[in-house]
Amino acid sequence: MTSAEKYVTAAYLVVLGVVLAYIVIYAFKLSRLEREVSELAELARRKREEVTG
Amino acid sequence: MSYLADVGTLARKDLLLELRSRDTVPAMLLFVVSTLVVFNFALPAGASDEAAYGLLWAALVFTAILGLTRAFAAEREQRVLDGLVLAPADRSAIWLGKAIAVVAFLALAEVVALPAFALFFEPVGWELVAAVALASVGLAVVGTLLAAMAAASRARELLLPLLFLPLVIPIVVGGVGASIADDPGRYLGFLALYDLIFAILSWASFEYVVTE
Amino acid sequence: MLAAAAAGLLLVGIALAFYWVPNAPDEGFRQRIFYIHVPVALTAYACFFWAAWKALRLLWTRDQRYDLESYTAVHMGVIFGILTLVTGSIWARTSWGVWWTWSERQLVLFLVLFLFYSAYFMLRYSVDPGPRRASMSAVYALFGVVLIPVSFLAIRLSEELIHPVVFTRDVNSNLAGSQLLTVSVCFAGMLALAGALYVNELTGKRVDERLRELREALS
Repeated sequence: MTSAEKYVTAAYLVVLGVVLAYIVIYAFKLSRLEREVSELAELARRKREEVTG
Repeated sequence: MSYLADVGTLARKDLLLELRSRDTVPAMLLFVVSTLVVFNFALPAGASDEAAYGLLWAALVFTAILGLTRAFAAEREQRVLDGLVLAPADRSAIWLGKAIAVVAFLALAEVVALPAFALFFEPVGWELVAAVALASVGLAVVGTLLAAMAAASRARELLLPLLFLPLVIPIVVGGVGASIADDPGRYLGFLALYDLIFAILSWASFEYVVTE
Repeated sequence: MLAAAAAGLLLVGIALAFYWVPNAPDEGFRQRIFYIHVPVALTAYACFFWAAWKALRLLWTRDQRYDLESYTAVHMGVIFGILTLVTGSIWARTSWGVWWTWSERQLVLFLVLFLFYSAYFMLRYSVDPGPRRASMSAVYALFGVVLIPVSFLAIRLSEELIHPVVFTRDVNSNLAGSQLLTVSVCFAGMLALAGALYVNELTGKRVDERLRELREALS
């Protein structure tokens, strides 16, 4: 690969890399949200039991 | 007409406060002269004469920041700003009154800074004075709005320079250009354009910065 | 779906950029960075204008949901802005051997904008959440968009003062048909990508908000 080709490819790869990094960060955020939802569902269930039980 | 009366009252309030407490303007004067002295040591021997003009503009911008940090300090300390906002006056009058006071403070600092600069470094021509005048308006107009934003935040003195510096880069360009270029008219015109655009924008949006 | 459109357009665009478009006559192969640098830059501008539009809507209607939309758009703009600076820097490196040059107007403009919009985040982090923060952020976002042309003018004016060494490059002179097509496809793809990421992030933030409300309601 000529030096020019290396730089051009690097530029495209940087863009791809940043987008992929963003997606990975988002995957973590989504799993955290999922965890929170299940925690809150648990909380809600317990509250309901307190009221009815 | 009552709008202008309100503006006048507010500006006079700030000027009188400063006259009595004398804390902001003396600090600005001392700061700008100290900065110029520091610049003497910062400029290497082979630096061009024109480099000094660049440093003058840097000094002016930082002196403006110093003055602006104090702009809403009094209001904050006594929560007067909340009261002013509740008053029947148009909110933008607060901005205009404050901006006028800031221009006055800057002008006082420049009355000392420019002769000091002429003494220490390079001669000061009419283009430079015109540029400084126009730039002061620009700095005050934008700075007053941003100072109000910073006053509402937790970070205050830290936040104002961060918000301020990117916005005033055009002023520095205009000012330095008017100081050293062969055709200063273009740069002076640019400064006037900047003043016009940002004055209108700040005047129109100040209301949204101080209310919910 | 935006993401599908983005994927499709970008794949086609990159293929065009690498295989179909002929080499630029003066610059050779390295000119192909153009096909990713320019779309990314234009997309960043689009994000900032979108943010300003949402900011205007917020100030006009006082509807708080525009705050999150404006904020997300600024976030997207900054991400693409960083990409513009990086790809621009790589292009400078291949063209002139330096990683930075003050004589590239677009690059300098993006640096100023990057500083400006980074301060946007400083502003948001140092003010308590609420309508006040939303209004201030909106005003600031509007200032940003006004700053774009003013800064550009300033940078142009500053060139004759500060940088005697001027690297010239015929960036926009007479784009050949094939080049125009390639850059357009890539631009469309980048816009779609920005849109997809924007929707994604906005949804995530809104879910965050509602979960917080839910948590407060339950405890």
